[in-house]
Amino acid sequence: MQTAVLFSRVSRHFGNVRAVDEVDLDVAEGEFFAMLGPSGSGKTTCLRLIAGFEQPTAGHIEIFGQTAEGVPPYRRNVNTVFQDYALFPHLSVLDNVAYGLMIRGVGKRERLQEAETALELVRLPGYGDRRPSQLSGGQRQRVALARALVNKPKVLLLDEPLGALDLKLREQMQEELKALQRSLGITFIFVTHDQGEALSMADRVAVFNDGRIMQVGTPQDIYQRPRSRFVADFVGASNVLPPDFSGSRNWASLRPEAIRLVSSDGRPARVLSRNYLGGQTRLSLEAGGQRLNMLAASGDDLPADGANVRIDWSPDDLHLMEDGE
Amino acid sequence: MRSDRSNRSPLALKIAAAAGLAFLHLPILLIFVYAFTTEDKSYQWPPPGFTIKWLGVTWNRPDVWEALWLSVRVAGIATLIAIVLGTLCAAAVSRWKFFGHETISLLVILPIALPGIITGIALRSAFNLADMPFSFWTIVLGHATFCIVVVYNNAVARFRRTSGSLIEASMDLGADGFQTFRYVILPNIGTALLAGGMLAFALSFDEVIVTTFTAGQQATLPIWMLEELVRPRQRPVTNVVAMVVVLVTFLPILAAYYLTRDGDHVAGHGK
Repeated sequence: MQTAVLFSRVSRHFGNVRAVDEVDLDVAEGEFFAMLGPSGSGKTTCLRLIAGFEQPTAGHIEIFGQTAEGVPPYRRNVNTVFQDYALFPHLSVLDNVAYGLMIRGVGKRERLQEAETALELVRLPGYGDRRPSQLSGGQRQRVALARALVNKPKVLLLDEPLGALDLKLREQMQEELKALQRSLGITFIFVTHDQGEALSMADRVAVFNDGRIMQVGTPQDIYQRPRSRFVADFVGASNVLPPDFSGSRNWASLRPEAIRLVSSDGRPARVLSRNYLGGQTRLSLEAGGQRLNMLAASGDDLPADGANVRIDWSPDDLHLMEDGE
Repeated sequence: MRSDRSNRSPLALKIAAAAGLAFLHLPILLIFVYAFTTEDKSYQWPPPGFTIKWLGVTWNRPDVWEALWLSVRVAGIATLIAIVLGTLCAAAVSRWKFFGHETISLLVILPIALPGIITGIALRSAFNLADMPFSFWTIVLGHATFCIVVVYNNAVARFRRTSGSLIEASMDLGADGFQTFRYVILPNIGTALLAGGMLAFALSFDEVIVTTFTAGQQATLPIWMLEELVRPRQRPVTNVVAMVVVLVTFLPILAAYYLTRDGDHVAGHGK
């Protein structure tokens, strides 16, 4: 498969701030790629480097084999869905969607027709006459999506696309975005600080911190085999255990669902509190001075707060990370 | 009773308001009345008779036309300069954070806070130093100093409401700088510029102080009126002209008000 976007040792510095620091990255064609990280970790700057709003201080960027440095945003076959949607307030929804086609000189009838088709694609048929200000947040998001997709970009960039939506709408849009990406086959690169969103939507995830990529991999990789304490901490509810606790030379991560309650053997632990989550209950434990989270199937036989229990896990589930003592 | 008391105070308020409005507007009404009086040597009350002959007399006075034409040209060109410079300045101040950012926005607004007489003296000595003869252009420059402020204030308010990502969105969708300006920036700041421009025009059209210091032999309409008051000849002509000035300056301000009503308020009326 062809490489859609390639970064080799790309840096973007703002004065003394290394927003992006020697990042290597390659995104395959047709991939749904997530850039995950806390705010200020460089993920949005990477997106802006691909869109062309920023130029790298050092390093090399290729988009479908073409050098991207020095190419202005309007000459890149890449479109963006902005965090605040950036819909043109003075244009109707239909004219917003048709904007890119109008700039490219597509005739009025044809471009309005294509724009209407794009609106149908994002399930907003017949909304063309409205003004962006008359739409809800979720509808604006769909318009922004249609406005980008109508240009048939080779890469679609999404900057925290679901950040402003409420939970229910966000989950619905996650499903729709995924389905849309599958059916169109366009490379999607999206930036988010929500690990659940990244894990559930993306084919691969890059975890950013301090302008660097800490780990790239499939959601399963990232979740089950975090390479560093930062990734384990940021991505999941995993327990991050110091070397003396795990009995090895390195820090280890242990997923909450890997911990079992046992009647004999194992380690002694005490239940600090319980959180009922429906099908599962999260137990907060203390064992040998270390706090642990475990997930257990909800039921009547769960120990009460303050109860002394014994816990164990399979050695395979204890994942050793790169961080040593 | 309580209700009586609370009914009485609005009445007092109403009277006070009416008195205030009368104080503000009766003199203007008098100007209109004297434009139709038959007495042309002094302002005699009540006017001895009604005539509309002064309209015709004014129409046929070449000096009136000369002054009017000069004022229109000065106001037009000063406004044009102000729109270009004021918009650029507003764009720079609101789009980028740079060293001296706050200082510049203060310095741009300063001329409108400065008394006109200071602006006038400063410009006059500057023109003298630069060996510039007083002319049409020195008046235009003088007026442009305060017209820029009005345009700037309106444009800056609109730029602040216009998200910077709109420009990026336009570029992202394939538009170069010129297309972005034409299809996105201009439509978004257009009414603000029009409103600012109209206010600037109105300000320039009735400006006296700065004009006195920067004009050579030319007399703009307000200057002409000032001179005319001293001469006791065909006095109602001045009143007819005053009526025209009121209309010419009032209408643009009204239009500017309506243009920006549902958005930012029009900043910097009146000097």
